[in-house]
Amino acid sequence: MILSSDKKVIFRSKWLPWVLIAPQGFIILAFFFWPAGQALVQSFQQSDAFGTSVQWSGLDNFVALWRDETYLESFKTTALFSVLVAGLGISLSLVLAFFADRVVRGIWLYRSLLILPYAVAPVVAGVLWLFLFSPSVGLVAYVLEKFGVEWNILLNSTHAMTLVVIASVWKQIAYNFLFFLAGFQSIPKSLVEAASIDGASVWQRFWTVQLPLLTPTTFFLLVVNTVYAFFETFGIIDATTKGGPGKDTAILVYKVYFDGFKAMDLGGSAAQSVVLMAIVISLTVLQFRYVERKVNY
Amino acid sequence: MNYKKTLATVAVAAFASFGAQAQTEIQWWHSMSGALGEWVGDIAKDFNGKQKDYKIVPVFKGNYDESMTAAVAAFRAGNAPHILQVFEVGTATMMASKGVVVPAEKIMRDAGYKFDPKSYVPAVSGYYTAPNGQMMSFPFNSSTTVMWFNVDALKAAGVSTDKLPQTWPEVALAAAKLKASGHKCPFTTAWQGWTQLESFSTWHNTELATKGNGMKGMDARLVLNSPLHVRHIENLGNMAQQGLFVYKGRAGAAGATFESGECAMYTNSSAAYAGISKNAKFKFAVGTLPYYPDVAGAPQNTVIGGASLWAMAGKKAEENKGVAAFFNYLSDPVVQSVNHKRTGYLPVTMEAFKITEASGFYKQNPGTDVSVNQMIRKTTEKSRGIRLGNYVQIRTIEDEELEQVWAGKKSAKDALDSIVKRGNELLEKFEKANKS
Repeated sequence: MILSSDKKVIFRSKWLPWVLIAPQGFIILAFFFWPAGQALVQSFQQSDAFGTSVQWSGLDNFVALWRDETYLESFKTTALFSVLVAGLGISLSLVLAFFADRVVRGIWLYRSLLILPYAVAPVVAGVLWLFLFSPSVGLVAYVLEKFGVEWNILLNSTHAMTLVVIASVWKQIAYNFLFFLAGFQSIPKSLVEAASIDGASVWQRFWTVQLPLLTPTTFFLLVVNTVYAFFETFGIIDATTKGGPGKDTAILVYKVYFDGFKAMDLGGSAAQSVVLMAIVISLTVLQFRYVERKVNY
Repeated sequence: MNYKKTLATVAVAAFASFGAQAQTEIQWWHSMSGALGEWVGDIAKDFNGKQKDYKIVPVFKGNYDESMTAAVAAFRAGNAPHILQVFEVGTATMMASKGVVVPAEKIMRDAGYKFDPKSYVPAVSGYYTAPNGQMMSFPFNSSTTVMWFNVDALKAAGVSTDKLPQTWPEVALAAAKLKASGHKCPFTTAWQGWTQLESFSTWHNTELATKGNGMKGMDARLVLNSPLHVRHIENLGNMAQQGLFVYKGRAGAAGATFESGECAMYTNSSAAYAGISKNAKFKFAVGTLPYYPDVAGAPQNTVIGGASLWAMAGKKAEENKGVAAFFNYLSDPVVQSVNHKRTGYLPVTMEAFKITEASGFYKQNPGTDVSVNQMIRKTTEKSRGIRLGNYVQIRTIEDEELEQVWAGKKSAKDALDSIVKRGNELLEKFEKANKS
């Protein structure tokens, strides 16, 4: 990620740059701006499921959300969930990449095994972990019970949250791992060797040499993992807890999915996705404003 | 390669398909999988074999909410199926959507078929009948709530199996005996909103929501926080704290725990029969839904679940005739009796019930008539059915709040008050969105 001004390419043609970015621009328009615009429009409408009577309802959909205490409650749930998923996902994969980087023999095997979960669909990941942790049939639940832990994801919120966080982190670790491993490998060997000659221990080398050089990767992953936790985890929640017990694992995006696709309340669902969009946009802006200052490119 | 032969085959195939086009195809989207999927296929085969004008093409479109979502998308794109199977909680949504469906009664009358609303079982057809008396959809597969017992487990715990527990106090006693004998899960329930709130209400002739549970208008509001409801949920909450009732999850999740023998008694659909009879390695029995004997008017009748068939609007006259012919075929008492015996779903007409009874089926299969007897009663204003908008969401609210009671985090009264408050906001919203 070394970008400096002397490497800039200058196009003399006026239209060529536009032509070159047109395909990408078209994709963004068709798959991002158009649906986002649709959601914005629908959030001000109320309609029946089949769309035969559509009426403008002003801010009704938003007011209804604000009056729903459980909706406000799910902001806290979402915050907890996202911090856990992004935090654990990034730190665990950093550790894994650190060790994989030191492996000399059979590195391809380690790498392939660690990358594998990325190929698993969220719903499948959810079901896999549910099988392990389900109170009646799960292997892990069975072992926990032997150790005197009354494992019950159906009624114990902490247990349920633990399960969805584990499944979500597991799903994302592969992706983070890939980036960290590439990051480690792109650090010039001479820097690390120089530090060893100066007498730095493994830990000191990691903390003072490698980690600072990985900040661009870490920052990028922070943004990506936050977006992942906010948007892409509804499949896992739906397959494992369905937001329960109560609403203790019902994160914002799960309700968007449920209200829109299961309950067919399009107006309400659209209003929620607009709120969610606003949150994630402002989070990303904040991250670029404040966290990026600590990044050395 | 023999080109002549190939050409001839192509010509024959083209001719055959041309010939087949004289038949009007009727698309039927459904949500029946496994053994029930085979059943649907057999129905289509039987109908297609009995006449030559129409061809029913059943298409499996995923579970109930998936097929409804698919149909909504298809309708918006202008290619909805002719017949759509919709689960009972989607009924209010279907009725409120104007110009989306043709009432089942109208489509049959228009095609010249005799339609006698009185021949249908009231608690079944009433669920799908509009306030003006018109039957809107065809009741295809209806089941109701019953209690299932693991007879072996009850016997081992010293509970009399000659007279199975019929009331909630008796259930609590039996559960206590099971627990004392070391049983880990004496009682559980599937579909808690349906069994413990909806059916519980009609069974005790008590309103779940005003306006006859919404059957008389969209301005209905939930009233399921009455003293009777609070008493029942409190009772179950106490049983949960004592380990007599073990919660096993939302929707039908509890089914597997009964079939495996983990739980000894549970309330669920009468249609659970297919799975239980196939998987249970113990002697089982079915009983009526438990009630409180001191409540006046109880037991009344339980409420149905399952699904009905909707004729989608905007189709050609010839295709509508085909849909009517199919509905007429399904109304045939003999066909109905066969379906009832095969699946455990309720018979839709009184005649079908009588035919089944005369065939000695209920005597040979004790318990199969329990659900029928719970239903073939004269219904009251409070027990005729349940029709509430945004009901998929309300059912989820019921799950969320009841879980708080089972976990001991909320009192029964607080949880039910909360269901009423949150649910009524959704009902108001539905009323607004569907105002003409």
